[in-house]
Amino acid sequence: MSRKVYVEVAAVFTPEGQIMPRQIRWEDGTIFAVDKVTDIRRAAATKAGGCGLRYTVRIRGQQTFLFFDEDRWFVEAHGPG
Amino acid sequence: MCATHILLFSHIFPLTPQTGYVILHIEQTFGLEVSGVQRHILHVDCNKFYASVECCMNPALRDKPVVVGGNEDARHGIVLTKNEIAARYGIATGETLWSARRKCPDLVTVPPHFSLYTKFSGMVRGILREYTPLVEPFGLDEAWMDVTACRQNPVDIAQEIRQRIKSELGITVSIGVSFNKTFAKLGSDYKKPDAVTVFSRANYRDLVWPLSVGELIYVGRATRQKLAERFIYTIGDVAQTDPALLQSLLGKWGPALHAIANGQDRQPVIPSEEAAEAQSVSNGMTTPRDLTDDRDVQRVLMVLAESVGRRLREKHLAGRTVELHLRDTQLNTRTHRITLEHAIQATADIESKAYALFKDSYKWTRPLRSITVGISGLEAEDAPCQLDMTDSAGREKRQQLDRAVDSLRERFGDLCIRRAILLEDPDLTGDSLYDTHTVHPTGFSGKTDEIGGGT
Repeated sequence: MSRKVYVEVAAVFTPEGQIMPRQIRWEDGTIFAVDKVTDIRRAAATKAGGCGLRYTVRIRGQQTFLFFDEDRWFVEAHGPG
Repeated sequence: MCATHILLFSHIFPLTPQTGYVILHIEQTFGLEVSGVQRHILHVDCNKFYASVECCMNPALRDKPVVVGGNEDARHGIVLTKNEIAARYGIATGETLWSARRKCPDLVTVPPHFSLYTKFSGMVRGILREYTPLVEPFGLDEAWMDVTACRQNPVDIAQEIRQRIKSELGITVSIGVSFNKTFAKLGSDYKKPDAVTVFSRANYRDLVWPLSVGELIYVGRATRQKLAERFIYTIGDVAQTDPALLQSLLGKWGPALHAIANGQDRQPVIPSEEAAEAQSVSNGMTTPRDLTDDRDVQRVLMVLAESVGRRLREKHLAGRTVELHLRDTQLNTRTHRITLEHAIQATADIESKAYALFKDSYKWTRPLRSITVGISGLEAEDAPCQLDMTDSAGREKRQQLDRAVDSLRERFGDLCIRRAILLEDPDLTGDSLYDTHTVHPTGFSGKTDEIGGGT
């Protein structure tokens, strides 16, 4: 079962008008750098619920999704909180 | 501009989305259909909208029978919508929650989150507007689209929209594709959920005509009964009935219904920004306890008048006709109205006129369960009018008071200032209605305008 976790994100606003995440602060305070953004599209978060702009990002070699919904960022985390 | 000019225009300039929209706009404005271009109309209907949004937001609900229901303590405890699993238990929209639970003991009830539904509705319309600006919303969960001028095949557009809404928003839609609005809406009702149905000129006699006449958007229970008395049961029956007979049964709507049944509905898709302005402003309330005396009614009328008045003032409107709907504890409903010499918008005026109408018309045969107050015959608040010289000073004072109260509430919230009468019984009058009036899906409220005279 996945759960929705809202996270703190440091992002860059590009001259082209895009918002690109650069760092994510996890629940325990660990900061993860976003190595690469490989895809951006509108999508439903089928595991944790809701929808938004879904960023496919690479963090420490692992691919994961980061969602931007109106004015907050969230991820679909595994297991209980 | 005549038909000849339009034909010349369409032959000189190739059909592109831009020229297509110009031709369609001209045709719609002048009620013509001369370009020879068959219309491609889509009707998009979100499946079990409120429940689908709740299940999208909370995946734990997806494999459970779920209804979105009102507040039982406030006697609003009815099913607003149900998901597919709950529907299998025979639970109906509008049914009481306790009755629904008897059918399905494991039923999960979720309170409504109207701001969320409005957000999802906006996102759906955003997707639709990527294909055409001719999008006409119909409630939160439905919309027509005119894709005639789009280069893409209309069925391909429909399939693409269906898949995009599912993948981008996590809810499903049914889409009807046809050459007119009525048949397109029938198409979206035909197969649910998550489906596309095409009613073309080639197949509508086989697929649309066998449907019950009650499936048509303008036909409610009373009209259906009138037609059934003459053994007219299906849309095909209507199509093949003499229009003169239909006129004798239903008045001017008889021939219109005949044309619609024969696929001749020429209504254009009107984009939301051009849609007809409100014909009336109203608010209703089912009270948490029965109303048993005049003072109770005055309190409720004041709650309703405050909301209606504020909404009128926001739109810079006033109205000449006051309407009052009363429903008693046996669910008998009566409607009363009065047309005034001068348009009103002040809260005190609305309340006093509604109360006068109530005193004239209701004799307390039974306690009351719900009341609705509406103002129609709308005009601009500054429209020229013959002043009532006996009350012009009082009227100006009441308007100033309302403006001051509206301004305070804008800044500090609805409950920062209240009329004393509303403090007499807070359990009855509750909080302000202003922020809670909503536009429900049409399936919840039933048919809208019924032709042929409803009860």
